[in-house]
Amino acid sequence: MAEVLVLVDHVDGAVRKPTLELLTLARRIGDPVAVHLGPGAETAAPVLAEHGAVRVLTADAPEFTDYLVVPKVDALQAAAAATSPVAVLVASSAEGKEVAARLALRLGSGIITDATDLVAGDDGPVATQSVFAAAFTTKSRVSHGVPVITVKPNSAPVEPAAAAGTVEPLAVTFGELATGTKVVSRTPRQSTGRPELTEAAIVVSGGRGVNGAENFSVIEELADSLGAAVGASRAAVDAGWYPHTNQVGQTGKSVSPQLYIANGISGAIQHRAGMQTSKTIVAVNKDAEAPIFDLVDYGVVGDLFQVVPQLTEEIKARKG
Amino acid sequence: MSLRIVVAVKYVPDATGDRHFADDLTTDRDAVDGLLSELDEYAVEQALQIAEASGDAEITVLTVGPEDAKDALRKALSMGAHKAIHVEDDALHGTDVIGTSLVLAKAVEHAGYDLVVTGMASTDGTAGVVPALLAERLGIPQVTLLSEVAVADGKVTGRRDGDAASEQLEASLPALVSVTDQSGEARYPSFKGIMAAKKKPVESLDLSDLGIDAAEVGLGGAWTAVQDATARPPRTAGTIVKDEGEGGKQLAAYLAEQKFI
Ligand SMILES: Cc1cc2nc3c(=O)[nH]c(=O)nc-3n(C[C@H](O)[C@H](O)[C@H](O)COP(=O)(O)OP(=O)(O)OC[C@H]3O[C@@H](n4cnc5c(N)ncnc54)[C@H](O)[C@@H]3O)c2cc1C
Ligand SMILES: Cc1cc2nc3c(=O)[nH]c(=O)nc-3n(C[C@H](O)[C@H](O)[C@H](O)COP(=O)(O)OP(=O)(O)OC[C@H]3O[C@@H](n4cnc5c(N)ncnc54)[C@H](O)[C@@H]3O)c2cc1C
Repeated sequence: MAEVLVLVDHVDGAVRKPTLELLTLARRIGDPVAVHLGPGAETAAPVLAEHGAVRVLTADAPEFTDYLVVPKVDALQAAAAATSPVAVLVASSAEGKEVAARLALRLGSGIITDATDLVAGDDGPVATQSVFAAAFTTKSRVSHGVPVITVKPNSAPVEPAAAAGTVEPLAVTFGELATGTKVVSRTPRQSTGRPELTEAAIVVSGGRGVNGAENFSVIEELADSLGAAVGASRAAVDAGWYPHTNQVGQTGKSVSPQLYIANGISGAIQHRAGMQTSKTIVAVNKDAEAPIFDLVDYGVVGDLFQVVPQLTEEIKARKG
Repeated sequence: MSLRIVVAVKYVPDATGDRHFADDLTTDRDAVDGLLSELDEYAVEQALQIAEASGDAEITVLTVGPEDAKDALRKALSMGAHKAIHVEDDALHGTDVIGTSLVLAKAVEHAGYDLVVTGMASTDGTAGVVPALLAERLGIPQVTLLSEVAVADGKVTGRRDGDAASEQLEASLPALVSVTDQSGEARYPSFKGIMAAKKKPVESLDLSDLGIDAAEVGLGGAWTAVQDATARPPRTAGTIVKDEGEGGKQLAAYLAEQKFI
């Protein structure tokens, strides 16, 4: 069967969930071949095999961590040359999209970004995109070259599907541009112990209505009672109440959880762009006219400082 | 020698308008007013700050787009850019990201550059890949998605705040940078700036001026094809309750019924 390249997104060999989702989608089109770059291939390979990778191509070199984007493009290009894939799938992270774009150009291929679904078609894979702040859904395909497609997190289920996962070294020659952008220093983010925003099944967000950094504990307590990730509107981030990494919306993260709870958020188009595809949407807002109520499955018109703590208590009581 | 900065800016339909697709499945540009993509204002702002710090720089703003896209250039000029290039050609209608990057690369080369500055993503297509494609085509380092940027001694440095880590980056000029909306508020054009912009030169180019074959761009030259676009069905109206002291409990009951608790 034809092979589909999947670029593995991982932290020192810990495979991130969107990669497992890519393997699910890849199996609809052909045999997934995972490409693992950087350290930790021994840890990652069994996980990739369990989720359908027939082969795992691995390469490790300091370039992958010391320089931005281009070393990974060089490697993925080598992997494409070694496999003649029918498609290349990459997770829609900031770096993933940049790697995919440069690869597409080198392969003479079109690129589709931020797909939310992927199925096999007569003329190659057909990708679904959610566009214009999720007001429209489009179906597109790559009409020239090997389709290169980046896929958003939470676009497919993670499915166990044991395959051989044969580990094979990938020979990579770095071009001159590979060392063009040096990573001079890297400060890892502190883990909060909460789920990743883009991967979480439940997201609890706070906006300007939260009215202060110290008040975000109200949002965090609700999130923790549900095992949820915490999100924030840009107004809350710009005010310095919550980190930008937690921003939901056009210039923050795009989330598509089972449940999204917006607290003190008005529902501006740019915020909606990042959460409108959530399965169930709930809002707490004191203004009955707030546009967020147009989106909700359930809404409470009220003061979040009354409603949210009561909700958290009730959840804790119900969970025992 | 003076630092030559080219800023790529896109003219986009207003995101707060009712955006939709034309019959050929391209963006319907007649339906909604256009403007300079708000995210590209940040690029213009950072270019202006770099120019001010260098003391000797020239900023060219560049757009590829229809006739009205001149408005985006005027806005950037009124913020303080020195001159503009407008690439306009009927054959560009429907161009995809690969084609757009080709046209931008040729135009940037035409302008001459030491530094290319772009936004993080457009507010309509939102792909966020044109900067990487442009760097690949120009064969220069990409220093992208920066929340802080500076140029000194032939080098560009900046901070990229990623999910897992915050990175300090460095590259030699010539290079391409893209900046995020965390890089600092864009200035408003002053009255003086608006008046001065009217006299600043705007060079108009078409595909033949740039030596590009029309078959490489437009809907026909695109390497992607949109098959279908459908409006998302409106969400079915939800239940809305007013908090009379029990709102939190009512919400909990709903979440339990939906099996979230
Ligand atoms: C190019 C661009 C990109 C952008 N990207 C993003 C993005 O990625 N994400 C994003 O979120 N925004 C983004 N924005 C900003 C967006 O337009 C809005 O300004 C922002 O989303 C507003 O945040 P908010 O809803 O928290 O604040 P507001 O609009 O001020 O709403 C606050 C809400 O809280 C309610 N409230 C106040 N007090 C209480 C209380 N005690 N209890 C209950 N409710 C209360 C109010 O009724 C109001 O509805 C972007 C804008 C632009 C131009
Ligand atoms: C809803 C929608 C979905 C699309 N999906 C795809 C897709 O999956 N694949 C595809 O190939 N094409 C796609 N397109 C077409 C694509 O948007 C256009 O080719 C566009 O010209 C460039 O892409 P972008 O706006 O997404 O740019 P981005 O990559 O988001 O732009 C980043 C930066 O590049 C610069 N830039 C971008 N365009 C211009 C310009 N015209 N002039 C000057 N500077 C510019 C700006 O500095 C901007 O901030 C899509 C278009 C729409 C409307």
